[in-house]
Amino acid sequence: MSATTVSGRHASGKPVVSDRAKAETRLGQRLVAPAIILMLLVTAFPMLRAIYLSTFDYALTAPEDREFLGLSNYLTALTDPLFWQTTGVTVLYMVVTVAVELVIGFIFAMVMHRVIFARGLIRTSILIPYGIITVVSGFAWQFAFSFQNGFVNGWLPFIGDDFNWFGETTPAVIAIMVSEIWKTTPFMSLLLLAGLAQVSEDMLEAAKVDGATWWQRLTKVILPNMRAAIMVAVLFRALDAYRIFDNIFVMTAGAQKTESISFLTYRQTIEQFQLGMGSALSVLLFLSVLLVAYLIVKLFRVDLAQARQEA
Amino acid sequence: MVRGTSGRSKRFVAVGATAVIAAGLLSACGADGPVLNWYVNPDGVDTFKKYAEQCSTDEYDIEVQDLPNGATDQRTQLARRLAAEDSSTDLMNLDPVFVAEFANAGWLQEIEGDIADEVNTSIEGSGDYLAGAAETVTWEDKVYAIPLWANTQVLWYRKSLAEAAGLDMSGPVTWDQVIDAAADNEGTVGVQANKYEAYVVWINAMIMGAGGDIVSDTEAGKDASVDIDSDAGRTAAEIIEKLAGSDAAQPDLTVSNEGTSLGQMYPTDGAGQFMVNWTFVYKNYEGGIGQPGGPPDEAAFEDLGWARYPQSVEGEESKPPIGGIDIGIGAYTEHPDWAAEAAECITSQEAQVELALTDGLMPSTNSAYDEVAASGDYPEDLLELYRTSVDEGGPRPKSAFYAMISSAVQASWHPPTSVDPDSTPEESAQYLKDVLEGKALL
Repeated sequence: MSATTVSGRHASGKPVVSDRAKAETRLGQRLVAPAIILMLLVTAFPMLRAIYLSTFDYALTAPEDREFLGLSNYLTALTDPLFWQTTGVTVLYMVVTVAVELVIGFIFAMVMHRVIFARGLIRTSILIPYGIITVVSGFAWQFAFSFQNGFVNGWLPFIGDDFNWFGETTPAVIAIMVSEIWKTTPFMSLLLLAGLAQVSEDMLEAAKVDGATWWQRLTKVILPNMRAAIMVAVLFRALDAYRIFDNIFVMTAGAQKTESISFLTYRQTIEQFQLGMGSALSVLLFLSVLLVAYLIVKLFRVDLAQARQEA
Repeated sequence: MVRGTSGRSKRFVAVGATAVIAAGLLSACGADGPVLNWYVNPDGVDTFKKYAEQCSTDEYDIEVQDLPNGATDQRTQLARRLAAEDSSTDLMNLDPVFVAEFANAGWLQEIEGDIADEVNTSIEGSGDYLAGAAETVTWEDKVYAIPLWANTQVLWYRKSLAEAAGLDMSGPVTWDQVIDAAADNEGTVGVQANKYEAYVVWINAMIMGAGGDIVSDTEAGKDASVDIDSDAGRTAAEIIEKLAGSDAAQPDLTVSNEGTSLGQMYPTDGAGQFMVNWTFVYKNYEGGIGQPGGPPDEAAFEDLGWARYPQSVEGEESKPPIGGIDIGIGAYTEHPDWAAEAAECITSQEAQVELALTDGLMPSTNSAYDEVAASGDYPEDLLELYRTSVDEGGPRPKSAFYAMISSAVQASWHPPTSVDPDSTPEESAQYLKDVLEGKALL
């Protein structure tokens, strides 16, 4: 009874919500509540705990000597040259791999989109690297770059047969990036393929009729219409790349200054059992990932809701 | 009425299910008895498995669980279990350098009784254990593990290469001589210089050989005295710098490990190498005759020579590295008495001799050494060399913070091509101090 009276009135300027709609909202909230509680338990709790632990000098090997430090772990980390050096390397990994993957991934996406024959086979073979476990890919590329039994030295001109890729920072970083790019480009191309499929054929036809060249169609029609998809692809990959760990762990174990911020965190927490400092680094890693995400969203000026096609 | 039945039938189901589960649990216990888990590093696992079976009794079974390859990973895995007070970690193979850390954290059951007495008298020089091996299992005057096998490094070389260089190998040789001899005669020098534990083994041996220490007064924990910035530290840095810049350096020097240099002893071209490496090398080449990477024939194997670890400073006795495996008993085991009994059984003389004969892992007691010598499986002079090397060796710092010390040294001294005697020891001392005080990241 009350439902009819309320929904009938439009006195206030605000959109009027019917009791039915309210009840539905309440039901919806109740239905998602268990999931939210579960999420809080499994994600919020560890995060809060990490923040709590980061205020202590706390080593697992000497739990009784735990000492409250306040924010001094953060101060130590932020004033340490090693932290900034690893952050620099991590940013380098992220920028280079994402840029290369974007270009190659886009070419692959075009191939997958336009291919007429053996479509399934071509699409599958492009996706195979993504199905391989990163650790396995790391080992495979480590063998490939090894001067003892690898093929890379033999294939590349101007490089001696006994050139040790893992002996210095630059070649080691390149080797790690190659493995990373090889492994995750298919993911990028998959996301871009989804974006390509959204570009309307009518617009392309119209552009063609208007005499647009291939390059013009790409830059004036396809790319602008794919901005949301590109942003999602770049965002996902950049956040992933910022947390790079497996390839470094397998290929150099952090030697020759190749370690990323995740690796540094791993070493404090898992290898040295310094839970306090490790947690502080985890929090810093989390904050920097947030910052990267914010920058990318701002840079591409894309509404996330629009990217998800909610608008 | 209907409700009642359905309730009863549910109860029946529940009781039945419980009975089935309980029966399963009971039969699991009844038939096999409780299980003692023995975590082993992957050297000589087959022999460990055999002794796990032999040392199992009617009361309990010993089950072998594998640990990862690297010493650092082994420590990480065991420490994570023990930090969580895992009651299923009963027995473990421990690299000697981690005994102090584990004992200090309260993760190891103290060893008491005859074995502890024997260890203590051995340290004084009159017991059956080799002094170097016995030293590794004590922490703050208590015994926390039982030595199983004792490892050491010697200088392996091609006799033909030494002859060509005119190097007299019957007496002690120095690092300088070895590097020059290899460089001038198309040979190489094999070391372990990847960024990992064995690089610290090398650095520590050279520093101790020059009469110094990386750190001393280690029982002070984080307040230990950092001594790496010394003449001994600079001597070690000079040797590394010399090798890294010499023709004798192997191309993979910066990532070399115990395995990578093995293949350079019998290369397809070149004169072979001088290599510092652990005791497993002898059995490795003996078993690899005619196989890729091994000696091409018997004569080539006969060309393999061995000598005491090179001196850092001429005239000053070298301090060969000490490694091996000690057996520790988890502090949280549910069966401490059985675990102690089992630990004694798996470190028996019989087991030690078998590890030496089948796996090339040398014993920790004099009596086991005598038995190995009597078997005729090893050249006598090699056994004597092993034994004196362990007895007179230079252990790595015994500290509850050893893992930190080791990582900090690796960070400053790696890659070996960047080592500079004028700055590396000084910088690494400062860094080590900062790390111990929690002022720097590792």
